[in-house]
Amino acid sequence: MSLQFYLQHSTFKIALALSAALSPLAWLAWLALRDDLGANPIERVTHFTGDWALRFLLLTLAITPLRRLTGWNGLISYRRMLGLAAFFYGSLHFLTWIGVDHLFDWEAIAQDIRKRPYVTAGFTGFACMLPLAITSTRGWVRRLGKRWAQLHTLVYAAAVAGVVHYFWLVKADTRLPLTYAAVLAVLFGARLWSRARPAAAVSRHEAAPPAVERG
Amino acid sequence: MLIRIRKASDVSSGEITAESLYLRRRDFLRGVAGAAGALAAGDLLAGCTRSDDRASREPGPLNAERNPKYGTAEEPTAYAKATGYNNFYEFGTDKSDPAAYAGSLITKPWSVEITGEANKPGTIGVEDLIQPFPLEERIYRHRCVEGWSMVIPWIGIPLGEVIKRFEPNSFAKFVAFRTLHDPKQMPGQHDDVLSWPYIEGLRLDEAMHPLTLLAVGMYGRELPNQNGAPLRLVVPWKYGFKSIKSIVGIRLAAAKPDTTWNRMAPVEYGFYSNVNPEVDHPRWSQKTERRIGEFLRRPTLPFNGYGEEVASLYTGMDLHREF
Repeated sequence: MSLQFYLQHSTFKIALALSAALSPLAWLAWLALRDDLGANPIERVTHFTGDWALRFLLLTLAITPLRRLTGWNGLISYRRMLGLAAFFYGSLHFLTWIGVDHLFDWEAIAQDIRKRPYVTAGFTGFACMLPLAITSTRGWVRRLGKRWAQLHTLVYAAAVAGVVHYFWLVKADTRLPLTYAAVLAVLFGARLWSRARPAAAVSRHEAAPPAVERG
Repeated sequence: MLIRIRKASDVSSGEITAESLYLRRRDFLRGVAGAAGALAAGDLLAGCTRSDDRASREPGPLNAERNPKYGTAEEPTAYAKATGYNNFYEFGTDKSDPAAYAGSLITKPWSVEITGEANKPGTIGVEDLIQPFPLEERIYRHRCVEGWSMVIPWIGIPLGEVIKRFEPNSFAKFVAFRTLHDPKQMPGQHDDVLSWPYIEGLRLDEAMHPLTLLAVGMYGRELPNQNGAPLRLVVPWKYGFKSIKSIVGIRLAAAKPDTTWNRMAPVEYGFYSNVNPEVDHPRWSQKTERRIGEFLRRPTLPFNGYGEEVASLYTGMDLHREF
């Protein structure tokens, strides 16, 4: 049985995507078990989960341009899992901050969200991802119809908010945030470019709500 | 690069056993180097430095009298953490970079240039700078502007005693300090994340204050490279970036010196940078801190808990404006 055979089966694709999505967490857990999270483990966990939230967001945004580039429509099957992974790590990141740094002191949390621009940006990014995670199911795609795609343009806002959040929290070394910003710019650029050349790019998959697993 | 792979140079904090093995290996090499002389042995050993050594150079032991006046009941931070979690951008901006890359720093021989408004300026070897004064061990709290803190048993001498020796004249109002600038030894200086060399400064009365320490060691040993070997400042009531490392120049100045972090972001890092829970960093709160080794955050103390000793230096000053 070849890989080709397995890749035709959605269950296998989901399993593959799920393992990819969970491997960073597995790595983090392994580091934690080895007591290898360094001198400031909570900071390490916060940075790690934040990094992976942003990476999965960018990977999610890379699917459509990659599809257009390679003509490989099967890529769409992975997009939901990647998006949910972004939300998953974003939630862990947010939970670490509200639970460990703030001990669920809601007043202090609200104050930080209001007063600290980098927290405002981060919270905005998370807030944008929440409705996307909730409406990621087939049921919701059906229920919302055309409006599903409109709602899910929030992913762009989430990605921008994430990059800005990162940029605003580093002390001096802006190289990594700027790298993420550059990647995001390329992904946006690819979309704008496709929009400017509709004849070449659009397949019938574009107009309809995104592909759901067809068994 | 988008994907961050754990570097080979990332050190496991569980590697205490590995360190003792590493020390024995160096003893063997020292035996082999034998009569070649200290410098040659140093060169030999430098060639053998692994990029994932926690202490890039084995710090020798130092004898110092514990000064009971400067201590705290709080538990000192674990040595592995104090030497493995550092901000020393001259070696890279990750917390684990200094321990990984500071091996290239050559700390012997080392001299300090004393210049400016002084009657007895000059260049002096670090051993001669320190030698006249008995080494003291003092346990200080260390608070980083980022919001984490440690408790470190430093070894050094009061900076004031050293400054007196060079006889500042009546024009001297400030003291400026300068770190080494040599990208060959400090590879992080190839990047312009900060302007090099690193400059810091104190008002003369802050420099002369009994709390201000010129440190040559910690935890009963010489300073590891990543902690600012061979000579650094410790100003415990200010944010850690004021405690400049690997000092090569001390200048007595009439005018307030331009300090590196203030140049980098004047709205965020002031000249005084006294630890103050009431004065937030523009982007984050300074009300709490995470003591390294502890899980929950703790409240930050005014002047890092040294208010009784230093608050009088700032009476009448608006600490929100002069931050």
